[in-house]
This record gives sequence, C-alpha cells and structure tokens, in this order.
Amino acid sequence: MNTSPVTTDDVWLVVPLFNEATVIGDVVRDARRTFPNVVVVDDGSTDGGADAALAAGAVVVRHPVNLGQGAALQTGLEYARSVPSMRWVVTFDADGQHQVSDVLEMLEKARAEDLQVVFGSRFLDDRTTPSLMKKVILRLAVGYTNLTTGTKLTDAHNGLRVLRRDVVERVDITQNRMAHASELVAQIGEMKVRYGESPVHILYTDYSKSKGQSLWNSVNILVELILR
Amino acid sequence: MKMVIQLLLIAVVVLVVARLFRSRGARAQAIRRIGLVVFAAFAVVSILFPDLWTRIAQDYLGVGRGTDLVLYALVVAFLSFTVTTYLRFRELETNYTRLARRIALSEAPRPDDDSGEQRPS
Repeated sequence: MNTSPVTTDDVWLVVPLFNEATVIGDVVRDARRTFPNVVVVDDGSTDGGADAALAAGAVVVRHPVNLGQGAALQTGLEYARSVPSMRWVVTFDADGQHQVSDVLEMLEKARAEDLQVVFGSRFLDDRTTPSLMKKVILRLAVGYTNLTTGTKLTDAHNGLRVLRRDVVERVDITQNRMAHASELVAQIGEMKVRYGESPVHILYTDYSKSKGQSLWNSVNILVELILR
Repeated sequence: MKMVIQLLLIAVVVLVVARLFRSRGARAQAIRRIGLVVFAAFAVVSILFPDLWTRIAQDYLGVGRGTDLVLYALVVAFLSFTVTTYLRFRELETNYTRLARRIALSEAPRPDDDSGEQRPS
C-alpha cells in the first residue's frame, strides 16, 4: 500500500454551490492545495459565487436555472464520470463546514479496507457539537433512513462522502431538493456495495448556522421521501 | 345505511389513489378518457332528471340529499386531481432537470485534458 504521499490526482471533489459567494473562493483554494481536481456545480447562483470558484481554480459547471442541491450533486457526478482518470469522487459542501483532512482519512480508509463508499459521520467522535435540537433531528433522520434502506449508519445526512468510480457510475439522484441524501443512501444500500463510515468534524460556524437546515426542512424531507 | 356510503367512498379514494400512483402511459390515458365520457353522461342525466340523485342518494346510499352525494363525489374527484397533478408535475420536473443538466454539461469545459492547462491555478 502506497501511503505517503497519498495520490490525489484521481480524486474529484464535487461541490454543489448556491449563493455562497463569500466563502466559496476560500473553500476551493483550501481544497485545491490537497485536491487539484474540484468541480463546482453552480446551481443558478445570483451572487457571483461561480466566478469566485472559477478564479480559485475550480472547474465550474453552471445550471441555467436553480434546480436544487440534489440535482447539482448529480450533475457533478456526471461531470466527474466523463473524466477518464477519475477513480474517486468526494461530495463536499460549499459553505466551509467540511475539513480536507477528514477527506484524506476517508480516502485512506477506503483504499486500505477496499471500500466502495465511505460516509462521513458526525457521531463517531465528539469533535462536532451540534445543538440539542439538531442532534435530535439528525438522530431521528438516521433512524428513519436505516429503517427504510436497510443500511446501518450513524449519520445519514452528512454531505461529506467518498464514492468509488463504479458507484459513481450507478448513482442516479432524482430528488432535486433535500431528500437526496436519503435517496443516495437508499441507492447505495440497494447496490450491496462495501461501505463504511469515518468520523468527520463539521464546523458549525455562524455563517453555516445562518444557512443551515431548519426543523421545517426535515418535514419537507419526510414528505418528499414518502411521495417520491 | 350510512355505513355503505362511507365504505364505498373510502374504497373509491383508496382505489383511485393507488391506481393513479402507479398508472402511466396509454392505459392511464384511456382510463382518464373513459372517466371523462362517464362524467359527461353523468352531467347530462343530472340535468335532465334533477331529482334522480336525491332518489339514488336516499334510497340506495343512505345519504340525506343528492347535493351531499355530489359533494362527496367532488371531494373524491378533487383528491384524485391533486394526486395526478402532483405526479405530472414531478415528471415534468425530472425532464426539466435532465434538460438543464445537459445544457450545463455541454457548456462546461472539456474534462478530457488531464493537464489542467485551461484552468487557472
């Protein structure tokens, strides 16, 4: 096993972007120090975030209209598929919540244990400190997802994931809005692939808190999942 | 007697929802068209014999007035309309997403050059 330095040329970061102009430039620059390949899917932003991403060195794919985060993820996966040298895709949030060091650990785990999917989990260590309310909602959400998809995860609604090429080629996200996270877990569950979880640290900054999912959103997710 | 209409309405609601949830394509379209013809016949008969529904309602279904019976039918019709519209809307959204994605990907820079020279760094 070639461990140091880990090659990152065959890794593509897929970053869905919607109106995060204030942070996206730094997020892309920071990520590109480790991962040269970053595709930012601009989901119809109106704040010039796409230009900031481009200036920071990302490949930018622009949705002509706003379609939703799930749709943006799928577009990013399809772009990554068209790159012959891609072996891994990492789904990464645009708002600076995710750590590049966590991604490296996830990739290492995937390579060492021959996993096809590694999910990031906030609940495997105590670095992440969500509010009590958020904790309860996330626990309920993961309980529901495990129940309906036959997977065993501790955190199903984490945007940080590592997918191997064979999985990327089979994923087809149709839930345009928030229910895509559960949909992805469900599809991976059905594929019977080897998956694992790796602890990640989610930074709840004031910025991300102001944009985060509310309690109301979990109601919407549930309805979208039931009426799919 | 009241039980009969309740059971009937519930059965219809469940059947319509179950049917419309799964049906697409030629068969669904045919069913919808037959439904339309039946509805037209229903309307014509109601106009010609206004008392007919009150009689049917009271004698066979245990509903007080024909108006009530029509109201129940309307509720069922509205419900099925809501469900079909939702499903059609979702289908439309799926197509619209595919179209937008195709445009986005065809306008994106070609991914095949691994040198990355086109990208500023």
